Amino acid sequence: MRVTLHVWRQPGPELAGVFVRYDMTDVSPDMSFLEMLDVLNQQLLARQDDPIAFDHDCREGICGACGMVINGRPHGPRRATTTCQLHMRSFPDGAELWIEPWRARAFPVIKDLVVDRGAFDRIIQAGGFITARTGSAPEANSLLVPKADADLAMDAAACIGCGACVAACPNASAMLFVAAKVSHLGLLPQGQPERAARVVGMVAQMDAEGFGACSNHGECMAACPKEISIDFIARLNRDYLKAVVSHPSSVVRGDGGSNG
Amino acid sequence: MELRSRIPDGPLEAKWERHRSGIKLVNPANKLKHHILVVGSGLAGASAAASLAELGYRVSCFCFQDSPRRAHSIAAQGGINAAKNYQNDGDSVFRLFYDTIKGGDFRSREANVYRLAEISARIIDQCTAQGVPFAREYGGLLANRSFGGVQVSRTFYARGQTGQQLLLGAYQALSRQIGIGTVTMYPRSEMLDLVVIDGRARGIITRDLISGAVSAHAGDAVVLATGGYSNVYYLSTNAKGCNVTAIWRAHKRGAAFANPGFTQIHPTCIPQTGAHQSKLTLMSESLRNDGRIWVPKRQGETRPPHQIPEEDRDYYLERLYPSYGNLAPRDIASRRAKEVCDEGRGVGPGGHGVYLDLRDAIARLGRRVIAERYGNLFEMYQRITGEDPFQVPMRIYPAPHYTMGGLWVDYNLMTTVDGLYAIGEANFSDHGANRLGASALMQGLADGYFILPYTIGDYLAQAKPVTVDPEHPAFHQIRGEVAERVRRLLAASGRKTVDAFHRELGRVMWDKCGMSRNAAGLKEAMGRIGQLRDEFWRDVHVGGRGEELNQSLEHAGRVADFFEFAELMCQDALYREESCGCHFREEYQTPEGEAKRDDERFGYVAAWEFAGLGKEPVLHKEPLAFEAVHLAQRSYK
Repeated sequence: MRVTLHVWRQPGPELAGVFVRYDMTDVSPDMSFLEMLDVLNQQLLARQDDPIAFDHDCREGICGACGMVINGRPHGPRRATTTCQLHMRSFPDGAELWIEPWRARAFPVIKDLVVDRGAFDRIIQAGGFITARTGSAPEANSLLVPKADADLAMDAAACIGCGACVAACPNASAMLFVAAKVSHLGLLPQGQPERAARVVGMVAQMDAEGFGACSNHGECMAACPKEISIDFIARLNRDYLKAVVSHPSSVVRGDGGSNG
Repeated sequence: MELRSRIPDGPLEAKWERHRSGIKLVNPANKLKHHILVVGSGLAGASAAASLAELGYRVSCFCFQDSPRRAHSIAAQGGINAAKNYQNDGDSVFRLFYDTIKGGDFRSREANVYRLAEISARIIDQCTAQGVPFAREYGGLLANRSFGGVQVSRTFYARGQTGQQLLLGAYQALSRQIGIGTVTMYPRSEMLDLVVIDGRARGIITRDLISGAVSAHAGDAVVLATGGYSNVYYLSTNAKGCNVTAIWRAHKRGAAFANPGFTQIHPTCIPQTGAHQSKLTLMSESLRNDGRIWVPKRQGETRPPHQIPEEDRDYYLERLYPSYGNLAPRDIASRRAKEVCDEGRGVGPGGHGVYLDLRDAIARLGRRVIAERYGNLFEMYQRITGEDPFQVPMRIYPAPHYTMGGLWVDYNLMTTVDGLYAIGEANFSDHGANRLGASALMQGLADGYFILPYTIGDYLAQAKPVTVDPEHPAFHQIRGEVAERVRRLLAASGRKTVDAFHRELGRVMWDKCGMSRNAAGLKEAMGRIGQLRDEFWRDVHVGGRGEELNQSLEHAGRVADFFEFAELMCQDALYREESCGCHFREEYQTPEGEAKRDDERFGYVAAWEFAGLGKEPVLHKEPLAFEAVHLAQRSYK
């Protein structure tokens, strides 16, 4: 098949970017989207052009490294599918594709389609964990977790941290990402002691990173390759409110523990 | 070079406890003075970095990905083994130990494997405490499933994303330490060399993948948790970035490389579809619990699978191995798949595939149960192939997946370079010639949470390394060498891309040093690799500059190292004139086509010492003594 690409080319963070057109022929429908870009990059290298930079690693939809906006949709048109798992058979012959990086103030562009998602790591560092020193854990089956809770926690824990939710949101909000972690840990008995401090700490860091607010568009859920539900955002809001109302002193210490 | 395995005396069951109690400790106040460099942030690296920081050490952690959460451990699907005996099916530490030794075809160290089995139960405790959402039963207790090569149900899992959940647990523990400032994290930083001063590992040279800056990091010990080298085959189930560079450079600086030829070809991967293919995708081995593997009895069968009646199907694993059936270990399942395809009975495009059929399980358990167990795997399969496994049996074919070989380490996980440790897949220690399913996660976390944090203290307490300055001349010199290599890669203004060279190397390795090997093929491969390597440095075109994000340059450095390493891999496979586990030499097989070991001649670990490029490496042997198990030909019949 044949496709026309318009790819965002930006040589560096401070430099201006521009769409560049590439016409591709002999594209196999069995190729993944990234393999199609691999082929293009081989062609660019052969004519001494700079290949397109894009993040990718596992290419099986789990590491969360890849991601680009394809015709306005993060990860492209297929439901519940990362860019690396998207195949060219999802597009009609002769398709015209506009390919851009995630666009959000908190995700600055590094080069071409590569952005800096360090903000997500810093949000986790601000409380997205359960403190359990190595060696001090009790026998695993001494703690019962109802299957329904464990399953729901797993639904939330499936987040791969790719950032599509931010790219899809008109406000570039990171609420779905934060909600997924707050819910995963907050649903489990192990997560209760730090529950209030966790949500307060993570939300404060989210705000500090420059992500926007949530206004319930729901675009995040539609774009999420793991189909994380926005119900978790409701859970996050509830946890946050409860934390600031009933634990007003739950200021976060450096280690995420609560003083309250 | 001398191999001192430092295996403690005493009965097998008491070795680790006794060793741990006798280990030298570092005074808590002194721990802060020690700086440990951890390279890699997968299960082994992240768990080690977090645990060391909890103990009070200063830690720097490096990964080439944009976040430590993306390390390739994340892709492990099926599960993690532990001898909890929650199912009351007779499991025990000894049984897990025995299964692992036997599964590895008696080419691993008893003491290490026993320790691994002992620790396994605590890993589950630790991960549960961190909030890893393991699958549970309705009563709230942890659930188990069974896995290849064993007859008990001891595998813990989190849907088909066990690796992801375990890694996120370790990543979160690491993040907590980064947040408090006890770990300094260096993402998008690739280790390009090791600095050894006075026989001790004292630091590393890294390249910042964004700015291209080459810098020196000094420390009191270096821990390599940099994974395996399956990407030497180009097509593998590994992430694109996985590479041999860190351990290869360490090897060139004095660390012995053990059993490099032991590479695992996983039986259940989605077959290749075309020349554009960039990687192969694994379908979890857990599917073999409920799936039946078969091919048509006749060559050149043209009927679609559902029209082939029962009597025309060959469920070859069930036929050949009645007691293990579809749960035969990976090496055997892979080799038999290749065999039936070589006979012309393979299915799918090119005949490189066998059916993995869940029809009977769907009929028995219902669609809902199967969807709950394997739903995400089915979806992944459908996304890649366009076929629905509920309607059409899956097609699978073996693919390179895991490397049992790695840096030689002693019982303390220290390499032959003092102060240099290797953990997780990067070392050779626990899986012998074949790894059992759900054991890699167990080993990575055992090393990182429960072994290295103790044993590294023993070294620091005794060696008392004094602080070294990254301005030391040794750092300057090696940093210069690294920069020069980068310059040379960019200066070679040839015509072929890095990717093209990598594919060519991969083809040679798959053909000659893959699922089955023979002396003539291995010799031919070694000659060809040498030629390709020369051609690479002459005719590669990398493009771009060194002082920027340059993914082609990153790839070029890794491929250059694969070219050097590949020769050692073939050398090892050629030297080992026996078949064991995944290492199948066509010349050495039983009449039934099973691997034929030669314990008398090859009952040892082959540890290779680097002697200079183009020079024959020096072989050192660590004899394997078996006291608790009886050496036998593996039988899964």
